[in-house]
Amino acid sequence: MTFWAKPFFYLGDTCLYLLADLGRMGIFFLAALAGLFKRPFRGKELLKQLHFIGAGSIAVVFFTALSSGMVLGLQGVYTLQKFGADGMLGSGVALTLIMELGPILTALMVAGRAGSAMCAEIGIMRISEQIDALECMAVDPFRYLITPKFLAAIISVPLLTAMFDVVGIYGGYLAGVKMLGVSSGSFFNGMMNSVSNHEIQIGLIKSFVFAFLLVWISTGRGYFVLQIRGAGFGAESVSKVTTQAVVLSSISVLIFDYLLTAVLL
Amino acid sequence: MVAETEKELVKKRPTGVVDKGADSTPAVEFIDVVKYFGEWGQRHRVLHGVSYSVPRGKTTVIAGGSGQGKSVTLKLVLGLLKPDSGRILVDGQDVSRLGRKKLRDLRMKFGVLFQGAALFDSLSVFENIALPLRERTRLTEQEIEERVAVTLETLELTGHEKKFPAQLSGGMQKRVGLARALQLDPEIVLFDEPTTGLDPVMTREIYDLFRRTQERLGYTAIIVSHDIPKVFDLADQIVLLNKGEVDVFTDVGQIKDSEKPYIREFAEMTLGDLFKADSKKG
Repeated sequence: MTFWAKPFFYLGDTCLYLLADLGRMGIFFLAALAGLFKRPFRGKELLKQLHFIGAGSIAVVFFTALSSGMVLGLQGVYTLQKFGADGMLGSGVALTLIMELGPILTALMVAGRAGSAMCAEIGIMRISEQIDALECMAVDPFRYLITPKFLAAIISVPLLTAMFDVVGIYGGYLAGVKMLGVSSGSFFNGMMNSVSNHEIQIGLIKSFVFAFLLVWISTGRGYFVLQIRGAGFGAESVSKVTTQAVVLSSISVLIFDYLLTAVLL
Repeated sequence: MVAETEKELVKKRPTGVVDKGADSTPAVEFIDVVKYFGEWGQRHRVLHGVSYSVPRGKTTVIAGGSGQGKSVTLKLVLGLLKPDSGRILVDGQDVSRLGRKKLRDLRMKFGVLFQGAALFDSLSVFENIALPLRERTRLTEQEIEERVAVTLETLELTGHEKKFPAQLSGGMQKRVGLARALQLDPEIVLFDEPTTGLDPVMTREIYDLFRRTQERLGYTAIIVSHDIPKVFDLADQIVLLNKGEVDVFTDVGQIKDSEKPYIREFAEMTLGDLFKADSKKG
């Protein structure tokens, strides 16, 4: 290959690889969705995953929510007092949490805590031939392994987001009303007047989409650990792919947040 | 409904029936199989138009150096990999052209003992062995428990059912892997390096176990192994893979008598004293 041809070769090669990777992930997503309708249903595994993804993330989501809400309360009072509008604090805190911070931060926390673990688990099962063993026993690995994780994430993430919103608003209340003396009535009135079903729906839709994104990317990267270019082999490949899964999930959540906000507002 | 019928068949299939040699058609056929590996621009051919048959109810040992395509051969038979050209027939069905569902049905005929046993590390010994029965049959939990208990006893694993794979020795992991592979009474059992990493005593134990189970169940066995010449004692047919080409022998004697330089070299290196003694006699 001539010197001038090399960049074109690598560009074409990379494009083909990315296209193949996207295709693989697309088929993976559809197969995981199809698994939702296959029987027998693995109820026990679903409960286990709900416990791991949902219940296991309560603490980290709780503290993130409390901290974010309190910071919002402090910053809100500081900013709004300049305009003599500290009565708008409840409205600002609630809208910010319900429409933006709640879904995003919950998804990022779950991606970091449960997404990385799911990716590593599936990746190790792949490199130690456990997934091959399932296929050889004529057991559908999607129904057996992936679908319970999908379902658990789709159930858990919106619930965790709702918890985040409630705890975050309480954090804002603590900082703004209890610590800085904003009127309790104006805090709750502002909140009640500005938050409608539409805002709650936006938050809920976002949390569903983010749940799909993070569970899809995390399990998909682990599932295809042997086909990911530059991942290496063995334990190293699982570690690299796990990092990649968390980074990709986080970036996807942020990009989709913008897109969804633009479409839904 | 088809799936249910198939599960019923598994439930009804009698155990311990020996039909070795009852059907003369080959269990598996490789027809001009070519397989490449590697990425664009760096692809290398692992199998160069390989053709041979695996006789039903017999034991075929696939041997050859590292990277010659032995494990690839097993993955091709199972449909985990697709050949770049050629056909692999299992009971007359071309594995590479089957859809997902038909491939899954075909895999019901197989049992596989993986090189690292591939046990599910989050499941106990009992759960590992019971998994194919729970997923692929309609047996009740009590029937599954009874069946697994019999298997545990046969493979001398009684008392270890609550342990997890990480708590077992390599030999025990292989035994659990074999127990799991045999749960659905497979017609064809694939062994990928069944004795790698085991000491001589454990190796002999695995071979004894193999002999006993094959005698009882009459399955077709394909063994990929580096354990030469010991593994040849089990073989009804030996397939040697070298640089993507294949040579088929019915006994060790044929290997020693081969005129091909690389096979003579292979025999000299792997058959050791056995080869030298014969050469001196010659």
